[in-house]
Amino acid sequence: MSNQESSSQGISRRKFLGASAATAGLSVASGVSLISVAEAKPLDTAISSDQRWGMLIDTNKCATGCTSCVDACNTENGLNTGDEQLSRQSQKAQWIRKVELRDKTTGHEVSLPLMCQHCENPPCVDVCPTGASFKREDGVVLVDKHICIGCRYCMMACPYKARSFIHEELLNQVEDVPRGKGTVESCTLCVHRIDEDTNNRRDPACAEACNTAGHKAMVFGDMKDTNSEISKQLKKHSSKAIRADLKLNPGVRYRGI
Amino acid sequence: MKYLRMLLAMITIVLTSTIVMAEVPSPTIPKGNAEKCVKPTGEMRVNHMNYILHQRDETMYDGIRTEQFSFKKCINCHTVKDEAGKVVTYKDERHFCNSCHTYAAVKIDCFDCHASTPNSRNKASTAGGKH
Amino acid sequence: MKKINYLEIEGRSKGFWTLLGTLGAITLAGIAAFFYMEHSGHHVTGMDNQIVWGMPHVFAVFLIVAASGALNVASIGTVFGKAIYKPLGRLSTLMAIALLAGGLMVLVLDLGRPDRLVIAMTYYNFKSIFAWNIILYNGFFAVTIVYIWMMMEKKMVGYYRPAGIVAFIWRLILTTGTGSIFGFIVARSAYDAAIMAPMFIIMSFSFGLAIFLLVLMLGYQWTERPLGDAIVKRLKNLLGVFVAAVLYFSLAYHLTNLYATEHHDVEKFILAGDSIHTTLFWVMQILIGGIIPLAIIYSKLSKSRTWLGLATLLIIVGGLAQMYVIIIGGQAFPLDIFPGMEIVSSSFADASSYHAYNPSTPEIILGVSGIAVAMLIITMGVRILKFMPLTLADKDVDPHNKG
Repeated sequence: MSNQESSSQGISRRKFLGASAATAGLSVASGVSLISVAEAKPLDTAISSDQRWGMLIDTNKCATGCTSCVDACNTENGLNTGDEQLSRQSQKAQWIRKVELRDKTTGHEVSLPLMCQHCENPPCVDVCPTGASFKREDGVVLVDKHICIGCRYCMMACPYKARSFIHEELLNQVEDVPRGKGTVESCTLCVHRIDEDTNNRRDPACAEACNTAGHKAMVFGDMKDTNSEISKQLKKHSSKAIRADLKLNPGVRYRGI
Repeated sequence: MKYLRMLLAMITIVLTSTIVMAEVPSPTIPKGNAEKCVKPTGEMRVNHMNYILHQRDETMYDGIRTEQFSFKKCINCHTVKDEAGKVVTYKDERHFCNSCHTYAAVKIDCFDCHASTPNSRNKASTAGGKH
Repeated sequence: MKKINYLEIEGRSKGFWTLLGTLGAITLAGIAAFFYMEHSGHHVTGMDNQIVWGMPHVFAVFLIVAASGALNVASIGTVFGKAIYKPLGRLSTLMAIALLAGGLMVLVLDLGRPDRLVIAMTYYNFKSIFAWNIILYNGFFAVTIVYIWMMMEKKMVGYYRPAGIVAFIWRLILTTGTGSIFGFIVARSAYDAAIMAPMFIIMSFSFGLAIFLLVLMLGYQWTERPLGDAIVKRLKNLLGVFVAAVLYFSLAYHLTNLYATEHHDVEKFILAGDSIHTTLFWVMQILIGGIIPLAIIYSKLSKSRTWLGLATLLIIVGGLAQMYVIIIGGQAFPLDIFPGMEIVSSSFADASSYHAYNPSTPEIILGVSGIAVAMLIITMGVRILKFMPLTLADKDVDPHNKG
């Protein structure tokens, strides 16, 4: 992407988008997301607040009974793939879950995936006594398990019940995703994928699986980049945050609720 | 009295030299899989805990995951296989970290959370940077 | 004002050793329970991802709240200058330390990673009330130990009152911090209320004094030292006021929630639901913990020490139930993530009307051992140092008594 220097940014981007339109069909089919980041971040430099990662979920496209996103997350992060044998179902970790809703008055039914909303003002970060629950500069909310003492206050404070506690010793962690007994965890927006080589950055496993399954209900991207797919869709279509009255400004937004 | 003192001195010398000359077992530390480590061996031996402690913050807070900062890559290189050819986990005494840490009696809790063996998922990964 | 003689208790009787042995055994059982839970992980407990704080927290928060209230008696003597309370100052401060130690022990032992306590004391996120509480709880130990030193050291008698004032203010901040743990949570319908902090303050007054009165009566009865009616009557009347105040705060909290339509679901769950929380609220918290003790205290029955002891016991049990309803009830009720919508299905327990919690034996043992540790510290304290006045008979302590 070396020809995308400051002076020729506009033209290069147009050409790039034009060319990728043709390959878009092939790319999307194989699960590779459309990248439109202006500059590539070298792998050994720190992330910055120039980017804010978020997700837009179109519940109109979300299929009732489909759990592709949940299954993909479990595989990607090593959850419930045989490691938590001794925990009861209510003790097992869930990073993303499918929720089926019905409006009590109108009877209208909706299906949607619910995960950590990566709020801009996360209550979980406010209440963590050691600062283990933190928000990265690019908006991803994470748990630093090195200093997590397992007090579970963040689990009390999360308005979306997004966090899970690990109730037993784990032995088969995926190498990208450290998880351990006595610490708290939640959806990381597949941060290990976000930090990979910018040119090949993959979507989080859930969004990728939804695309592969053909529903294409989940769009991931940089909300501060006005040219990204997610920014364009957010500007064009009405969307909202769950529990918006709490004014947390989540990075995950929904259409159709 | 003079002879008693001489006897005591001789016993002391014999005992001390026996202790000093006795074999103190050294730990056998298995070699890693690559040509060399990200830093020279001597430096690693002395400072690896400081590197790990510092670099984990760079990864967590700044998102830097290049080879020198990646714990996963340390583990992927420093594998030890058992007789059957399977890579041993930290529960086994032959695990790379245990080979010295058990000897030095310094407990580590890295593997409470981190995978102690290479463990990528069974899907083919498309991103660069993995072994 | 006659000079007060403090003396260690004899501590040689069979009863003393039996008490020590029993408390020691319960403490050991608690430690064993801790080892079991920490080694296996929390899967052996009744806690899960919906009810994240269980029985250990009920006991721990109760003890921490009571600790702050137990110091009240000393404060009334020192800060507010009421002569008749002055002899009780040392015992009150000892109890505060003991109850806090017991509560904190249970709280820390239930952490997911208790081995990281040093991290908790060195990494601080000052926006978290928990982080402030860590400083407040540790500081409370320092403040009360200094306070006791001032009380017991003749040379320090000039600093006695300033130390008492510092201790008094410190514990008000501490209890506000404890109540705010719940008050600051916006996510849950039962919390997120400014009244939580003052309600915890008033609960601390009631529970702390109840425990103080009970331990005082038992302590003097078992050591066969005289305890006059003048002091007991004063403490009893004060306790009655505090119990009534707790009932009032409960009323204010629920009435406010009942007014707001958005809180109707959680109020229905607590006040008129079909779970254990409704029973605990009406029968244990209000009736057994509030109305019956008030009836005992303000009737002729209170002249009997036995009836009074029963009243304090009921208040303590009611207080534990109140903590259970607040802590567990607040978690059992599902989060109101989609107002106006009904959750047809979810794999993370969002759908049920409430989440059941079945405490496991190790959790309960750990919680109870907190009380045992507190009582152990008090028993050893009065045996080793001069905490208990030799006599609290009317003629010796009552400034109005001519005898």
